[in-house]
Amino acid sequence: MMLPIQHGETGMWAATGMISAVVLLSTAGEVLTAAAMQRIGDLDKIRAHSGMKGAIKAVVTCPLFFAGVAFLALAFFSLLFALNHLDLSLVAPAAASLTLVTNAVAGKIFLKENVDRRRWAAAVFVCVGVYLLAH
Amino acid sequence: MPQHRLSPHQWLILTVVAICAPLGDTCLSRGMTGVPAISLQHPGSLFAAVFTPWVAAGIALLIGFFASYLTALSWADLTFVLPATAFGNVIVALLAKFWLHNTISLERWSGIVLITVGVGFVAHGPARTERAWDVAGAELAAPSEEERAR
Repeated sequence: MMLPIQHGETGMWAATGMISAVVLLSTAGEVLTAAAMQRIGDLDKIRAHSGMKGAIKAVVTCPLFFAGVAFLALAFFSLLFALNHLDLSLVAPAAASLTLVTNAVAGKIFLKENVDRRRWAAAVFVCVGVYLLAH
Repeated sequence: MPQHRLSPHQWLILTVVAICAPLGDTCLSRGMTGVPAISLQHPGSLFAAVFTPWVAAGIALLIGFFASYLTALSWADLTFVLPATAFGNVIVALLAKFWLHNTISLERWSGIVLITVGVGFVAHGPARTERAWDVAGAELAAPSEEERAR
């Protein structure tokens, strides 16, 4: 991947690419991690039954969890890269608010969550709110 | 739809998620703006940045966030946890106003109101909703009308 970017004067397409990478990698990581935790079950109950070691073992023996962590790690380094080239006032609101919407869509499609009108409304309100707050 | 209400302990975990994420991001931003520009030709310098104090503090906060976030996802939907924990942005803005005496513009107050309303929407609903396979599983487990009649 080669982006035509220079510190302090990042182009629009490069900025869009960097923010899109953060959003897509975060969404993939969060959906995979959520799927892993749903498969594992309530961690509080596991910890009450098998102790902290049992809870940690339940998490680290789930392959989906590591797939999620791998995507979240990629999202983290893409965020560091974006923060190094773009202003926080652009990266933080754009990535945080877009990720809320992409996660709502991904949660409905991949996790089969029942995203009713209340949750869609919450996603949109919080998305616009985070943008206004951090912009 | 079942009403999966949260216990005070579970609300505490959501609060830790909400506070640690924005504080961690702020530390990362503070650290990354202090290091020289990093190019894709030298990715090793990204790893070196991890060991600078602000980035390290940000990572410590994000580890706390991640442990709480995983716990929350084990008993709540992703589409519940993400909007609910966005309230952390409001907490950070209010701390900036009343602790650091920063000025909050009308635009930011609008953002605070919108996030609070959004969090109110999800917080009044169930933390975990039924999936297609949950319903199928319950139907398989429940006796049919014919079985009940026998």
